[in-house]
Amino acid sequence: MDLNTVLTITSARHRDDLAQLGAGVAPLAGGSDLFADPQAHLTGLVDLQTLGWPALTLTTDADTSGTGSGLTPGLTIAATCTIAELSRLPAAPGWTAHPLLFQCCTALYGSFKIWNVATVGGNLCASLPAGPMTSLAAALDAEVLIWRRDGSDERMPASAFVTGNTTNALRTGDVLRSIDVPASSLAARTAYRKIALSPLGRSGAVLIGRLDTDSRFVLTVTAGTVRPVQLRYDSLPDAGTLAGDIAAIDCWFTDAHGAADWRRAVSGVLAEEIRAELDATDLEEGDLS
Amino acid sequence: MRLQLNGEPVDASPAPGQCLRSFLRDQEHFEVKKGCDTGDCGACSVLVDGAPVHSCIYPAFRAEGTQVTTVAGLGMPGDLAPIQRRFVDAAGFQCGFCTAGMIVTASTLTETDLDDLPRLLKGNLCRCTGYRAIEDAIRGTHTPVNGLGPVIQTGPRHGTVGTSLAAPAGERVVSGQEPYTLDVTVPGLLHLSVLQSTEAHARIRSIRTSAAAALPGVHAVLTHGDSPATLFSTARHEDRLDDPDDTLVLDSVVRFRGQRVAAVVADTLAIAEAACRLIEIDYEPLPAVFDPHAALLPGAPLVHGEKDAGASRVADPARNLVAELHGEYGDIAAGLAEATHIVSGTWQTQRVAHTHLETHATIGWLEPGTADASAGGERLILRTSSQVPFLVHREICRLFDLAPERLRVFTARVGGGFGGKQEILTEDIVALAVLKTGRPVQYEFSRSDEFTLSPARHPMQIQVTLGADDSGRLTALKLGVLADTGAYGNHAPGVMFHGSSESVSLYRVTNKRVDARSVYTNNLPSGAFRGYGLGQVIFGIESALDELARTVGINPFDLRRRNSVGPTDPLVVTHVEGEDLIFGSYGLDQCLDLAKSALARGNDVPVPPGAHWKVGEGMASAMIATTPPRGHYAQASVTLDSSGTTYTVRVGTAEFGNGTTTVHAQLAATALNTTPDRIEIVQSDTDAIGYDTGAFGSAGVVIAGKAVLAAANDLADTLRSAATETHPEVRAAAWTLEPGGLRSGETFVTLAALAERAGSSALRGVGSEDGARRSVAFNVQAFRVAVDTRTGEVRILQSIQAADAGVVMNPEQCRGQIEGGVAQAIGTALYEEVILDGAGTVTTSVLRNYHIPLLADLPVTEVYFAETHDVLGPFGAKSMSESPYNPVAPALANAVRDAIGIRPTELPMSRDRIWRLLHPVRT
Repeated sequence: MDLNTVLTITSARHRDDLAQLGAGVAPLAGGSDLFADPQAHLTGLVDLQTLGWPALTLTTDADTSGTGSGLTPGLTIAATCTIAELSRLPAAPGWTAHPLLFQCCTALYGSFKIWNVATVGGNLCASLPAGPMTSLAAALDAEVLIWRRDGSDERMPASAFVTGNTTNALRTGDVLRSIDVPASSLAARTAYRKIALSPLGRSGAVLIGRLDTDSRFVLTVTAGTVRPVQLRYDSLPDAGTLAGDIAAIDCWFTDAHGAADWRRAVSGVLAEEIRAELDATDLEEGDLS
Repeated sequence: MRLQLNGEPVDASPAPGQCLRSFLRDQEHFEVKKGCDTGDCGACSVLVDGAPVHSCIYPAFRAEGTQVTTVAGLGMPGDLAPIQRRFVDAAGFQCGFCTAGMIVTASTLTETDLDDLPRLLKGNLCRCTGYRAIEDAIRGTHTPVNGLGPVIQTGPRHGTVGTSLAAPAGERVVSGQEPYTLDVTVPGLLHLSVLQSTEAHARIRSIRTSAAAALPGVHAVLTHGDSPATLFSTARHEDRLDDPDDTLVLDSVVRFRGQRVAAVVADTLAIAEAACRLIEIDYEPLPAVFDPHAALLPGAPLVHGEKDAGASRVADPARNLVAELHGEYGDIAAGLAEATHIVSGTWQTQRVAHTHLETHATIGWLEPGTADASAGGERLILRTSSQVPFLVHREICRLFDLAPERLRVFTARVGGGFGGKQEILTEDIVALAVLKTGRPVQYEFSRSDEFTLSPARHPMQIQVTLGADDSGRLTALKLGVLADTGAYGNHAPGVMFHGSSESVSLYRVTNKRVDARSVYTNNLPSGAFRGYGLGQVIFGIESALDELARTVGINPFDLRRRNSVGPTDPLVVTHVEGEDLIFGSYGLDQCLDLAKSALARGNDVPVPPGAHWKVGEGMASAMIATTPPRGHYAQASVTLDSSGTTYTVRVGTAEFGNGTTTVHAQLAATALNTTPDRIEIVQSDTDAIGYDTGAFGSAGVVIAGKAVLAAANDLADTLRSAATETHPEVRAAAWTLEPGGLRSGETFVTLAALAERAGSSALRGVGSEDGARRSVAFNVQAFRVAVDTRTGEVRILQSIQAADAGVVMNPEQCRGQIEGGVAQAIGTALYEEVILDGAGTVTTSVLRNYHIPLLADLPVTEVYFAETHDVLGPFGAKSMSESPYNPVAPALANAVRDAIGIRPTELPMSRDRIWRLLHPVRT
């Protein structure tokens, strides 16, 4: 929709240009979120796309994958990388987790036409519980780089970036710069499950399991909780342990896309499907994907 | 900013915060539609350098240097792209408002993409079709209508009744060239923005408008001081006394959050919105009530306590009671005493939003008067998105004290309605603004306005008690209805009475009792919605019947067979219905058999693997009168043009995706024995024809169509007489009409010759219809479903609808109406709910929080037609636009009950609700 109170668009070329950001001046990436709601408090936008950040960069200098090959690269995703670009990224050597990138793109409520403009960073910054880029970044234990307004840089786990339903670690004037995915996570086996109140509806729960090459297991629970919740184990837990830990999560929420009690229950179902899928000794597969 | 737009250079500067959608419309590319303005519906889809985007969330400035392609850039009438051609041929649209964006999106799909079509089309919403025809258009396929074979085309020649003529506007719709309400450039146009109440119930102590009025570019600030003092109802009916007069254009009391409080008219929408933000309102909060049960209790806050019951036609303002019905036929106590089986239950339906893709909108302006050139005789013109332009005309004249000739109301093609446009929601305030400023004024609802300001479907609590003997014969039917009509009583009486009508009279029971009430609350108003109350009550009654069949131990189809009215039975609610309602034909028996055998035949959709999937079947029936009661009037004319090549049909009813225009062309072509390309239709304009009650109550074919047929027959007679004047030796009755002229043996007179001879006295026929006699139509829906007991997911494995539409005028189009009705009802049954927070605030105020069905959500419904011939409808036709919706929710609920052993009693049967039925909290 037209943002009728916006009087200026500044095309950012340097980090200094971000100094204009403030209560009435917001950063603009794809625009699919900003232009989808009235923004009567805004008088200006600073276009981040003109900063020219490379969308996707393979990183090879910090291989901690433990695969022994040493060839498995990590991935740096610019905040301004579109979801379409991410969805088309080909697999690099050793990226067992590669299918997860596309799977998470499909969890976006918006259509593939939205993918053409919506950005990975914008999705994280909207900080909706159902934000699939939050799910992805958290599940892969990515680290986000924040450009603080004072010129400093700050890194933090993606899982800590989103703090609640539409709240995050950014303060006014800060900008999310990038998401760094470690090679070790990309080398892991992953299992993805999403459920909504309709077949392709806005996510009611998105659960991602990641079984690292060293057998450690992380289950990331999103969309049903107001912020990402991660359950970590030294190895795949048994069904009872996992079910108990899901049941113990305390930040389920209710909105038009599902009631809290249902989100908790179906997260238990999805978690067990994920556990079973990643358990090499248990070949029974679920059918909820 | 420079760009290439459909290959043409454009050099224009967007506003900094402007989106591409409105920028393209500023360039008069009206093929780019607004359905939501939030990136959810896809109606605005365009290509930017070949990539499809939702132009409503695309910053306009980013189009600099790009190539932008709209649907018009893909092809134009006469030179359509293959994908556009396929949408015409497959009837891949009804109202057509989503079509431009749908086609732009589809144009980017490759052969391999088709495997992923549900996902790739999830950003394109269609409210009319149910998507089967759209999918056929995209794939270039034709899905069989049912398991029995193709629908019989009964017409003698393509284009006549009984054949599947494509919509006359098809080529324009698929290229975005068919104008809708706002697709017009009006010089000097001002824009109107409305300030909505933040209070659920309050008196306005004061409104400070000086800052708003002082803003440069503001032409008027309208408050309750500017409003006519005449009470009216936003609801429109043939008899204006049907609805309570409880509404003012602008009121000093607000009764729901979101109600119109003030309006600003300004040079631009941006200025109007800015001015609205400068208006200061001092509210005196009043106690409010949000629960319809609480509203009836003694001491409840009174929503319209000051109204005069008689003058406003409110049953009891001191009890928030808008309307009530209490009546008994036979002896309900005796009937229950006689029963060996009694079932009883309570059902609850939710608020549903119509979600027509074109939001409500009106443009108004003044023109120099012609007929009445007396003192300052200017004429007010309203171009509006309405199902009822003539009824709007009447009421606007009444409100503003205008002589009828001083007002013209017309519609362009209307982008969907479903009952939501049987209201005055924009026309009144635009009329006020135009009369105040003397300037052209536009008011366009946002999608959020639709959710927070326009009436929703009535939520109802339905209590049903049934008694039956051991054979399953009903001995008692007792119905209780409590409807929440919200803050205003528009459609409250009508929906309550109609809801309790054919739902009850469908069954032959010697003892019946109905107690129905419709009450005010401080919630969003409720209004007219497809089915007009029947769907809600049928949900309760057909669910109860299903339970009864289980209790008695007979098949639910057999239970209906045993108890449904037959063509010789009286139709009884609480007394025998009036003699105007007859069985002009009867096809319920066929519908029951068709649905039952289709269900038995099954289909090849497998049950998902796993023991947690439970399978069940269910069915439900519905009956509907083919016309609203107490008069529904239509006038029509057909004129041969001066060249003798084209017939012009003038008719008052509106085209909003119902397809009446197509059928009218077929009716005229059949009566005049010509081809449909020689028929032009001018419609829904108070200047075009004398009168039409409007496009509601499924009246487009059986009322307006009958008037068109009468007019065409009248013209045919006129042409025969005119031919005899040229050849006195041939009797008038001996002429046979042909496309080019009239023939009698070897003698042939061309239409051109007759037209030339007639000169300025045009050859014209007229017809009218009054709806004095009404028939009934039937629909039976059946489902086979699988339910995931772990998650509550309901998966539809087979969907069947059998319909008694009389002689089907246009098989593909009628099929589309049924598919669309089933689709909308599946949305109601499984997904849709306008949620309020309990204090009057709508929390589902954007489309992404209100889930209407996507292609991915819907099965292909098998459609079966009963073979009947109605004595009232044109060529034996019956109405078939509201009724397919009505039996769907109970049929689905009955199937879910069959699958899981627990009866859902609340809509929507969302996954969380079904899951909760299966996993109740242990206490």
